Amino acid sequence: MQRPTLTRRNLGEMVMKRIMQGALVLVMSTLGLIVWTIISRGLPSLTWEMVSQTPKGGFYMGKGGGVLNAILGSIYIGLGSTMLALIVSLPIALALNTYVQQTRWQERIRLMLDVLWGIPSIVYGAFGFTVMLTFGLRASLLAGIVIVALVILPIMIRAMDEVLRRMPTDLTHAALALGTTRFEVARHVVLRQMLPGLVTAILLAFGRGIGDAASVLFTAGYTDRMPTSLFSPTATLPLAVLFQLSTPFEAVRERGYASAFILTILVLVVSIGARWLSHALSRYTIK
Amino acid sequence: MDAHISVQNLHVWYGNLAALTAISVDIPRHGITVIMGPSGCGKTTLLKSFNRFLELNDTTRISGTVAVDGHDVYAPGVDVTAVRKRVGLLAQRPTALPMSIFENVAYGMRIHQPHLDKSALAIQVQHYLEVAGLWHEVAQRLDAPATALSIGQQQRLCLARGLAVEPEIILGDEPTSALDPISSRHIEQKLLELKQRYTTVIVTHTLRQAKRLADYVIFMYLGEIVEAGPAQQLFTNPQQERTKEYLAGVF
Amino acid sequence: MGIFEIRSDAGRDTRPASARHRQDAIAQRWSLRITFIPLIVLGFVAIALIVRAWPILQTYPLIALLFGTVWKPSAGQFGLWPFITGTLWVTSVGVILAVPPSILTAIYISEYAQTRTRLIIKPILDVLAAIPPVVYGVWGLLAVVPFVESVLVPGLSGALGFLPLFASNQPTGFSVLAGGIVLAVMITPLIIAVIYEILHTVPNDLRQASLAVGATRWETIWRVLLPYIMPGIIAAIVLGASRAFGETIAVLMVVGNVPKVPTSLFDTAYPLPALIANNYGEMMSIPLYDAALLMVALVLLVVVFIFNLIAMMILRRFVR
Repeated sequence: MQRPTLTRRNLGEMVMKRIMQGALVLVMSTLGLIVWTIISRGLPSLTWEMVSQTPKGGFYMGKGGGVLNAILGSIYIGLGSTMLALIVSLPIALALNTYVQQTRWQERIRLMLDVLWGIPSIVYGAFGFTVMLTFGLRASLLAGIVIVALVILPIMIRAMDEVLRRMPTDLTHAALALGTTRFEVARHVVLRQMLPGLVTAILLAFGRGIGDAASVLFTAGYTDRMPTSLFSPTATLPLAVLFQLSTPFEAVRERGYASAFILTILVLVVSIGARWLSHALSRYTIK
Repeated sequence: MDAHISVQNLHVWYGNLAALTAISVDIPRHGITVIMGPSGCGKTTLLKSFNRFLELNDTTRISGTVAVDGHDVYAPGVDVTAVRKRVGLLAQRPTALPMSIFENVAYGMRIHQPHLDKSALAIQVQHYLEVAGLWHEVAQRLDAPATALSIGQQQRLCLARGLAVEPEIILGDEPTSALDPISSRHIEQKLLELKQRYTTVIVTHTLRQAKRLADYVIFMYLGEIVEAGPAQQLFTNPQQERTKEYLAGVF
Repeated sequence: MGIFEIRSDAGRDTRPASARHRQDAIAQRWSLRITFIPLIVLGFVAIALIVRAWPILQTYPLIALLFGTVWKPSAGQFGLWPFITGTLWVTSVGVILAVPPSILTAIYISEYAQTRTRLIIKPILDVLAAIPPVVYGVWGLLAVVPFVESVLVPGLSGALGFLPLFASNQPTGFSVLAGGIVLAVMITPLIIAVIYEILHTVPNDLRQASLAVGATRWETIWRVLLPYIMPGIIAAIVLGASRAFGETIAVLMVVGNVPKVPTSLFDTAYPLPALIANNYGEMMSIPLYDAALLMVALVLLVVVFIFNLIAMMILRRFVR
């Protein structure tokens, strides 16, 4: 009975396992291919000039310059929208976990936030632009920040919410029982417990803010100048990629690939950094 | 003694933690063998080494042999599903599969005997529900979802499901610990009825249950076997200090 | 808070108890309100879009707008059918290509992979999910469009061209298929993550109950796990579809953007989000143009909202 027999059942198991391994390899290699394509086409065109200069005259016909304005613009938009979303989401997440006592309402609000997270950013972009038209505003860094903040707000609130929800009350009680003051509890215990989740949420939102194109297309606009004021149009990296690729000049498109490479690296650094930092910070937290 | 399961020099590690050390013991055919000992002593680990459930966790390392009727279940090339068909398990928490009562009992048969026709299947299902003492309670609602049954009924359903693949050995991992006293009695009763036909191995942490059920006892402490022998002898005349202390309720 | 806390608090606050209760009641009321901010924002978005799309809805019947096949804004013709079908084609192809490998991969990672493999693969998938759409678009331009043009068109269309689905009507690789492939790759990490999370909510006891009677792993998956998580798989697919439906930049880079109803995988397409992205802000002098585009945005909002709501309500059942 215990001989290794190749029954129909064992064969099924083996075949399915192979198929699943095949699927995994397909998925991973396709995703690897993307990274490889971006690196192999972007890296050769990457020059110091690209990341240190703004577009010179005739940049879009192959003349000199770089996309520093777009890199900075994206970072500004990412930072600004993350900060704005953070400021708005903290009280909401706190209220959701302290004062909204009916779990029925809590659950409804959470459901709505999860649903909102999927709304396409082009919808927010179009909304932002039509509001700006109504009030006679032109595209600006500030408008971009506000709209991107709307895009990332739901995920930010939900991330904070998860962090707060998992906050063990035992922990604060234990710390209080040891004779620590409440301020010390807040500073050393609560913050340390919350930090990993908080950092992850912030960095992921930042990554999304940097990379989103459809929401800034109309709201932040585009310019070849450096972003200097909240009220002037601001270039962003995804749009820089898009515009460079839509020119007929090979040299410009090559720089578009390099810009895509810069964007990818930026997002990967933020995303991997988020994971690493959250891992490092959660060494002393209670799961 | 006619050993049905024979364990030789079994070592088990979870990661770097040694869970079982140099276990050698024979489990006699038929009758109920009870594995007892304080929590964390490796009772369940020993039990789950018999149906190769330990390898579900991939940090587990195992050395030594567990022979059922003289065939090592860990020998290379052994079909693990054949081992598990032969060695049934009654889990700690009753777990009805998310399907009807009928399908729960038929589950294993559909896998092992795919050509069984509908009427033969129905006869078998009724038979094993009767053996598990559940037939009269569910005969009218075989198509109802099994999860609607009470927890005690679910455990008897699990017994029927396990018996339906015709094992020779029944393992019970504290099978009554999640149940109310009446349901527990019910299960114990069934195990006593079945022990004439099946080799039964039960893990328990309650001494009283061990005394009610055991024909043969294995007493474990810190991953080792302290003492094993016929129930009568071990309960009335233990040889080891540890066993005496445990029976006296010292730990 | 402990009993000592209450005492120390009471000692510090000298106001009468009633004032403190009133303060608490106010905080309570406002807290409930601020949690509605995201919903209020959504309401604003919806209302703004409805108001601005209103003129065109008053001028033409909705049916004529949705099913009209001619898009000539300068001539006052706003038929959205080519764009709607474009979106449906691209989304369907993306979902069909993404779902089988995603389900299989999620099951493999959750049920078969060693812990160590899982700890490597999962973070990689999560990180890749964060890559911006425009980067997927660049990959589409560099790899997918040429692949479709030089391999799939001659191969598939050459062999199966007699079927309308595989007919080749234009010479480039900018096509429904290219858009579908790019979308498939974009939504794959999302679908894998959702299915993986659902598999994680399945109690281990269920797997063990099946394995204990001698079922193989695959039998356990097929007979127990898959029926159990089927609603969750559907939710994952709906979420993926809704993500694909609203995706803008990556798709518009590879589908060619010709306002014509596609009939083959190798036809060009012009999805709804691309219509907004390419035209909004320009040609605003054409009457009703702006209203038409905002109506498109409204359609996107409503469809994605409904899709996501259904998916999330299904997923809620697994969490508890």
